Amino acid sequence: MRLQIASRLAIFALLELAASPGRQVSVAEIGEKYGVSSHHLAKVMNALGRAGLVRAVRGAGGGYHFSGNARRITLLDVISLFENLESGNVEVGATGQATDEARATGQATDEARALGGVLAEIDDAVRATLGSITIATLLRIVERGRGGRTSAAPADQRREDPPPE
Amino acid sequence: MASRTRAESEHAKPPLSVRRVRPSDLAQIIALDERITGLAKPAYWHDVFRRYGGRRVEGRFFLVAAPPGRAPNPPILGFIAGEVRAWEFGSAPCGWVFALSVEPDARLHGVGEALLEAISSEFKRAGVSRMRTMVGRDNRLHLLFFRGEGMVAGPYIQLEKDLE
Repeated sequence: MRLQIASRLAIFALLELAASPGRQVSVAEIGEKYGVSSHHLAKVMNALGRAGLVRAVRGAGGGYHFSGNARRITLLDVISLFENLESGNVEVGATGQATDEARATGQATDEARALGGVLAEIDDAVRATLGSITIATLLRIVERGRGGRTSAAPADQRREDPPPE
Repeated sequence: MASRTRAESEHAKPPLSVRRVRPSDLAQIIALDERITGLAKPAYWHDVFRRYGGRRVEGRFFLVAAPPGRAPNPPILGFIAGEVRAWEFGSAPCGWVFALSVEPDARLHGVGEALLEAISSEFKRAGVSRMRTMVGRDNRLHLLFFRGEGMVAGPYIQLEKDLE
């Protein structure tokens, strides 16, 4: 699956901020690391601020700091701020019947419903996966990845297990 | 500052011992499971105890977390059960966790982590290097915990059907 750019940027920004909760990080700093414009990132940060996940600090040396709970906020929580993850099954109107548009595009057929069942299975798995990974867990995965890339270090200096919470 | 205090409270780990289940633990385990799942299953837990805890069976583990000490009937803070399974559709021997419960008031204090670490050590001593479990998609509590402990989706897909 592919996430929209805004969702990806939001997750990257939260990882940056949650990695050092006491530190204020500017939009320019995050933008530079991930190669995106401050303008695009600012919109994402505004949305995260409205959701209470980050707090803006105005003035010189300002920026953002993390204001959520990294052990509670899941990737699904973040992504749902920016996009709908449903793959789109049969469109149903207010009366519970398939809409005219759904009929016109073949969605009201048994075959489309069967296909929709398969796609719903995938949707459920995607949502369960994204809903089970918190920002704290993703930070641990990042750390493990860094550990793997620096495997030239002596084995006894490598951290095999995540740090205790 | 308030959030830091809360965070510190979440991270505080009280003294804890993880040991093999005893017959005197069974009533508390049944009660804890009923409080969490809303379903009393005494016959099931007696059977699990008989097969996994009643005597030391190779590759089968039924562990409980309790405050340290030798009080006659200490409160159980949580329990975990699992076994080494082998060659299910070609799966090399691995540890399987099939039950894990922590007393709600004792959560976020490292009880689940201690239980998982203990059974991981038992699995390693039994000669396996991988651990698996199966959790419902809507079981947010266990999914978040296992993910937080580094578990990821494995190469097997769970399938089912209604029997007509």
